[in-house]
Amino acid sequence: MRFALRELRRRPGRFATATVILTLIAILLMFLGSLLDGLIRSSTGAIRAQDGDVLVYSDASRASLARSLIDPGVRAEIESVPGVVDTGGVGLVQLGARVPGAGERDLAAVALFGVEIPPAGVPEVPPPGQVYADEVLRSDGIAIGTELLLGPARSPVEVIGFVTDTSFIGQGALWSDAATWREVLEQNRPGARVGDEVFQALLVRGDTDADGLAASIDTATGSTESLSITDAANALPGVEEQQGTFNQIIGVTLVIAVVVIGLFFALITVERTALYGVLKALGAHTSTLFAGLVAQAAVVTLIAAVIAAGALIALDAAIPPGGLPLDVTPERIIVSTVLLLIAAIAGCAFSLRRILKIDPASAIGSGS
Amino acid sequence: MNTADDPTQNHQTATAEQALVLDDVRKVYRMGDGHEVVALDRARLSVGSDEIVALVGPSGSGKTTLCSIAGGILSATSGRVIVGGRDITDYSERQLTAFRQDMVGFVFQSVNLVPFLTARENLLVVDEMGKRTGAAARRRADQLLDELGLGDRARNLPSQLSGGQRQRVAIGRALMNEPELVLFDEPTSALDTQLGEQVMEIIRTEMKSRQTAAIVVTHDERITQYCDRTVHITDGVLEA
Ligand SMILES: Nc1ncnc2c1ncn2[C@@H]1O[C@H](COP(=O)(O)OP(=O)(O)O)[C@@H](O)[C@H]1O
Ligand SMILES: [Mg+2]
Repeated sequence: MRFALRELRRRPGRFATATVILTLIAILLMFLGSLLDGLIRSSTGAIRAQDGDVLVYSDASRASLARSLIDPGVRAEIESVPGVVDTGGVGLVQLGARVPGAGERDLAAVALFGVEIPPAGVPEVPPPGQVYADEVLRSDGIAIGTELLLGPARSPVEVIGFVTDTSFIGQGALWSDAATWREVLEQNRPGARVGDEVFQALLVRGDTDADGLAASIDTATGSTESLSITDAANALPGVEEQQGTFNQIIGVTLVIAVVVIGLFFALITVERTALYGVLKALGAHTSTLFAGLVAQAAVVTLIAAVIAAGALIALDAAIPPGGLPLDVTPERIIVSTVLLLIAAIAGCAFSLRRILKIDPASAIGSGS
Repeated sequence: MNTADDPTQNHQTATAEQALVLDDVRKVYRMGDGHEVVALDRARLSVGSDEIVALVGPSGSGKTTLCSIAGGILSATSGRVIVGGRDITDYSERQLTAFRQDMVGFVFQSVNLVPFLTARENLLVVDEMGKRTGAAARRRADQLLDELGLGDRARNLPSQLSGGQRQRVAIGRALMNEPELVLFDEPTSALDTQLGEQVMEIIRTEMKSRQTAAIVVTHDERITQYCDRTVHITDGVLEA
C-alpha cells in the first residue's frame, strides 16, 4: 500500500484527470444533497419548530392543516387521554403580504400560524395584532416594527420579533395568537372561517414516547390522525416526493462515479500489467496489489471530496440569503464523502479479476 | 558437484545440501492453434547450495523457461522441482507466492525496477509485498546498497541511474529476502563488455559471501568464467 501512495505522490499528473472528474461529481453530489436538505428544511421548519411531541389532525386530512379541523369536543377527548400533559391549538392561513415600501404587486408569501403554545425561538405568544416573523422574510424588506397588510382584505399585523428556521413549504412563517389568526382567516377566506375554540390541528405535549401517544390518541378519539412531530414534518405535501426525486438523482450520480472510477482504474491496471507481473514474481499477493489500487482510489476520492466541500462552502457563502435554499451541513458532506468512497471501492472491484489473472511468468517470460 | 548430477537418488539426502534439483522436468507450451512447443525436455539439473551455474544456450533454447520453473513462477508439465529441499512440484498458486517470498530471488532479463520508486524503495518493495519486517528490512536494504556500491544512489529514481547501476539495484532486490537460490536471466545482455564483467564480479562476490546458489543465464561464453560450472542448453535439452 505504501508503494501505491508513493506513486500518487510522485506521479500526481497520472491521477489528475480522475481527480478532476471525481471533484465535479463530488460537487454535484454535495450540491444536490445540500439543496435537498435546504428544500426539506424550508418546507418543514414550522412543523419542526412545534414545541411538543405529537401533532393531531382530523381524520382524512392526510396531514394537511388546510383540510383538518379539531373542535373543542375532540380536544377535550384528547386532553383526557393518559400521557397527555398539555395541548395547544394550531391554525394556518397562507397569504400574500404587502410590505410598506415594496411595489403594489410585490407580495411576500407568508404562512400565518395562530398558536397557543409558542414554537421554538418565540419567547411567548404575541398579543393580538402582533407577530413574530421568520428570518427569511427579512429579504422581503421586513423588519421589526413593519406593519404588514395580509391578503386581499389587507388585514394589518405588526412584526415585533424574528425567529429562525420556521419556514413552511418555502414560505416565511408569521407567528400570532389564535384570535389574530381566526380574524385574518375570516377576513380573507370567508368560506374557511372557523368558530371560536376551533383549530386546524392540536399540538400535544406528553410524558410518554411520541409514537405510542399518537396511537393512543387516535384510538381514544376514533376521528383523528396523530403524528409525531418528525412524522408530521415528513408527511407535509411534497416532502417525500422531493426526497425521492433527489435521492434518485444522487443514486444516478453515484453510479456514474462507480463507472468513472471503474474505467479509470481498469485503465491504470492494464498499464500496470508488467509491473504487477514483476511484483507477483517477487512474491506479491493479488490482495496486496488490489489494496494498493483501492488505497489510491480512496485518496483520489478524498482529495476530490475535500475540494468539493470547499467549493460548496464557498458557493453557500456567495449565495445571498433568500436565494437558493442550500443547506450545507457537515453531515451531508460526510455522508456524500462516504458514499463516494464506497463507489470508489466498488469501481476498483472491476479491476480485481484482471489483477488476479496477471501471470507472474509474464515478468520473466517476454523480457525482451 | 559429485552427487549433483544424479538427481534420481533419494531426494531427502540428495537435496539436503542442494539449492535446486530438477528431475526429469518437461515444459510444453500449447499454442492457441493446438500446436505444441517443447521448451524444456527431460531436464535434470542439480545446483549445490553455494554453487554458481552458468546456463548457456542460443535464443529460444529454453533458458528463461528453466529459470521460471526453478523460481516457482511457472509450473512444469511433468517432472519434479525441488528448491532448497522443498518439493514445489505440486504447490498451489498461493503456496508458490509464499515460496517466492522466502526462497528465491530474480534478476529479470529486462531490468523491471518500479519506475516511481527510489533505489532503496525498490529493495524495500520486496519486504512490503512479503514479510513486512520493517526496520530489519531497512537495515538490510542499506547494507545491500552499500555492498553494491550504491550507497550514495539510494534516493535516486531508476531514471536517474545508469544501466549498470540499475542492474545492481535489481541484484540488491533479488537478495532482499535472503534467498536460497537466485536466478539471473541474462543479467549482462544490456550492458557493454566492461560493465558486464563488473556486474558479474559483483554477482560472484555477493553469492559467495552469502553462500547462496545461483543460475546465471547468458549466451556470452566470457561470462562463464565467473561461474563454478557451465551447463549448455539447446532446443530444451541440457548437456553438462
Ligand atoms: N509463454 C510462451 N508461450 C508459448 N511459447 C513460449 C512461451 N515462452 C517461451 N516459449 C517458447 O519456448 C521456447 C523457449 O523459450 P525461452 O525459455 O524464452 O528461451 P530463451 O530464454 O532461451 O530464449 C521458445 O521456442 C519460445 O518461443
Ligand atoms: Mg530468455
